[in-house]
Amino acid sequence: MKIQLNGEEKEIAATTVAQLIAELGLETRMLAVECDLEVVAKSAYATTALKEGNRIEIVHMIGGG
Amino acid sequence: MSKDMFKVGSYEFTSRLIVGSGKYKDFETTKLATEAADAEMITVAVRRVNITEADKENLLDYIDPKKYTILPNTAGCFNAEDAIRTLRLAREAGGWDLVKLEVLGDTQTLYPNVVETIKAAEVLVKEGFQVMVYTNDDPIVATRLEEIGCVAVMPLGNPIGSGRGLANPFNIRVIKERANVPIVVDAGIGTASDAAKSMELGADAVLINTAIAEAKNECLMAEAMRDAVRGGRKAFLAGRMQKRAFASASSPSEGYIWD
Repeated sequence: MKIQLNGEEKEIAATTVAQLIAELGLETRMLAVECDLEVVAKSAYATTALKEGNRIEIVHMIGGG
Repeated sequence: MSKDMFKVGSYEFTSRLIVGSGKYKDFETTKLATEAADAEMITVAVRRVNITEADKENLLDYIDPKKYTILPNTAGCFNAEDAIRTLRLAREAGGWDLVKLEVLGDTQTLYPNVVETIKAAEVLVKEGFQVMVYTNDDPIVATRLEEIGCVAVMPLGNPIGSGRGLANPFNIRVIKERANVPIVVDAGIGTASDAAKSMELGADAVLINTAIAEAKNECLMAEAMRDAVRGGRKAFLAGRMQKRAFASASSPSEGYIWD
């Protein structure tokens, strides 16, 4: 299905947030996920189903002042 | 003397120098300068992961969140909504509740948008965040932010990244004297004397990024800032002498050989 991932349209095989993170190879990263403007708790990754057109943001920490 | 701790919300630090992690030429330098500064708290920004470079190394591979208190910021946010979203994500990412709120007005001055800052602070405090808030050097706004429940108020010395020192030292003192929460001078510090001056005015801590990251020798400047903050703090605690209009001889005015 197609989702909006970090501002760009992307075709994915994953059907849950946990699967998406694995598909992207980000399992070991300290990150956070937002689905349609709502934060997805880490404990809910496996149970949060993705739907066509979801707006997903995946963020991490970078240098900043 | 009992240990002079820097208390912010439920946190306690020995170091009164908070550092930023932006603008460094590489992660290794960030790490070494942060160590040289003897910092215990370091700010980070929250940004989209570059999904095409998932295996690229990350700041937190160098700055260990077990060793340092990570202070996520809202740099680049120009309204309350974006700042709140950003910090909710940061809290989920690392479990951090101590955060730096900054909502900016425009890209040229990077001055705070105080109206949006207040809106964001109200929501974040209600959601249980311990908010350290970047703001103008305005005593009235500082008091308002304290009333909202922010755990520290962080007035600017001068615009972010300008290195121009303290534009209005008197206001920093006024803000400090009225405050019941820690006051942190954030932004504008250019060199060691600016940091020392901030501490002499009574600031509880300073937050420095560009002045260290853009120094020719980052680690040496980090040490200079560390020493300046310690010196300034001690001078503040010691209580400075009164200034006089005229001279006052340091040697006794008696027992001269010609008397």
